[in-house]
Amino acid sequence: MSSDDTEHGAFRLAAILGVSLVVLVFAVAAATAIGDYRIGLGTVFLSVTNELGLTQADIAPIEQSVVWNLRLSRALVAALAGAGLALCGAILQALLRNALAEPFVLGVSAGASTGAVCVIVLGIGAGSLSLSLGAFAGAFGAFALVALLSNGATSGPNHTILAGVAASQLFNALTSYIVTTSGNAQQARDVMFWLLGSFGGVRWPDFQLLLLVVLVCHAVCIWMGRALDAFTFGDEDAAALGVPVGRIRLILFGVTALLTATIVSMVGAIGFVGLVVPHAARYVVGPLHLRLLPACAVIGAVFMVVADIVSRVIADQQTVPIGVVTALVGVPFFAIILYRARPQL
Amino acid sequence: MKVVAENLVWGVRNKTIVSDVSLNVAQGETLGLIGPNGSGKSSLLRLLSGLKRPGSGRVEIDGSDIAGIPRKALSRQVAFVQQSAATDTNVTVRDVVRLGRTPHRSALAGWSEADETAVATALERVDMTSRKAQAWQTLSGGERQRVHIARALAQDPQVMFLDEPTNHLDIHHQIEILRMVRDLDLTSIIALHDLNLAAMFCDRIVVLQEGAVRATGTPDVVLTQSLLRDVFRVAADVSPSSDAGRPHIRFKVT
Repeated sequence: MSSDDTEHGAFRLAAILGVSLVVLVFAVAAATAIGDYRIGLGTVFLSVTNELGLTQADIAPIEQSVVWNLRLSRALVAALAGAGLALCGAILQALLRNALAEPFVLGVSAGASTGAVCVIVLGIGAGSLSLSLGAFAGAFGAFALVALLSNGATSGPNHTILAGVAASQLFNALTSYIVTTSGNAQQARDVMFWLLGSFGGVRWPDFQLLLLVVLVCHAVCIWMGRALDAFTFGDEDAAALGVPVGRIRLILFGVTALLTATIVSMVGAIGFVGLVVPHAARYVVGPLHLRLLPACAVIGAVFMVVADIVSRVIADQQTVPIGVVTALVGVPFFAIILYRARPQL
Repeated sequence: MKVVAENLVWGVRNKTIVSDVSLNVAQGETLGLIGPNGSGKSSLLRLLSGLKRPGSGRVEIDGSDIAGIPRKALSRQVAFVQQSAATDTNVTVRDVVRLGRTPHRSALAGWSEADETAVATALERVDMTSRKAQAWQTLSGGERQRVHIARALAQDPQVMFLDEPTNHLDIHHQIEILRMVRDLDLTSIIALHDLNLAAMFCDRIVVLQEGAVRATGTPDVVLTQSLLRDVFRVAADVSPSSDAGRPHIRFKVT
């Protein structure tokens, strides 16, 4: 029996999952140890086991608190955000049949920023709405507009992308308008900083919410992974292979919108991860989605945790916006893949 | 399996594209669908295979109305080969043929012995076994078409629809592909542009004009000088060939 390429791909997936998970554990540990206030890896380990009730080591309460309440939750949220964005990118690249598709192509981040400035600058909700809720509402509003403009995304990939571009422009313009007419420089700076992404304020409740959303969305995507493969030669071809195209597309667009909106409302619009990680993962495990999606999740998680570490150590006494780092770290890495995967003419 | 269409009507906005088409295809028959550009060949093919829903009328495959068959179950009986399929994804020949097993697999089911056999047989049938690990992007037009027919075969269908499968192929590959399809133990319905190829390989021919059936029958009955003039607007000599019932058409410059 000849199943050469299949076993090859399965082996590569197992290898990448294994390696990435080990690296992820170390990256999270490093992210927890590194910071303005350095904590040894041993202390990190004991702090975690203390909190889990496994040990009762004697550790300074301040260190224990920094490890558990600030850094570990932050590192884990970073991992989940990376996994989620990479997953969304892979799904959208398949559904839109476009290598440039990424989580924000359907206007979600632009909508989130408008929602956020409505709360921060205009004070909509009079303090009862948090920035996150405003951003989430804005993100879903943008998605609804795109769904409306593209007939529930049934009008073909390019039409859907154009609807996304239109929505992005509209919401970005609204955001700029609100920020520039508000006349408050500090608020404008806050919004800018939030837009570029930051893991600064995240805590355990954020982690729990994001974990739930990422797990559910990932499960739905895996369930539909084989159907996604059938989109390789277009929508009609997928239908001819027995895939309920309209239903699959609507569900998966909805899943990516939910996941992206949750992430953006929590940590801002972190670019590049959702575009590049799927390409990197495809390079390693091939284009079939049952392998590609898990690979995207682990690679995205590692990438984001590492980027978060870099963002905290690259400049003295300052945290660089994570979106700046993902691009700075990601582009050279991506350049290598582009170079190695160039068509052999 | 038998394919029966009754009074199919389909259109977009105010334009009727398929108007009141009825036809009957017997088990194992190779039916050619010919007609000028815009006569509704592609649309009719999509209505018959269930990719489009008719405005009115019905299609029956083996006695049951396809409107009542779920998409996935229908794809286990019916395969559709679109003309010049394209992708940017870096898939191998084998990946593409494996896609044909999609309607037979549940969401997370593993790769079964039956799947493997179907794929291997299909690749063998189109003579692409030795190329299975090759990247689809690197294939020529004829090879791509063969791979897509292999994918359709891997679906293990009883009826196969092909939309101008010989487009962009050289004459050798045109003949090779049509011979392959004719020799398959399937009911097949093929939209074709080349009238001589239709005459050579189809058991029966349906001529479409402006969305309606203009003529139906064996090639020698359908392909007459007057029909070619009226429907295709060409002058031609139609002469019997060495193959009985299969006329040869020679076009004339007028």
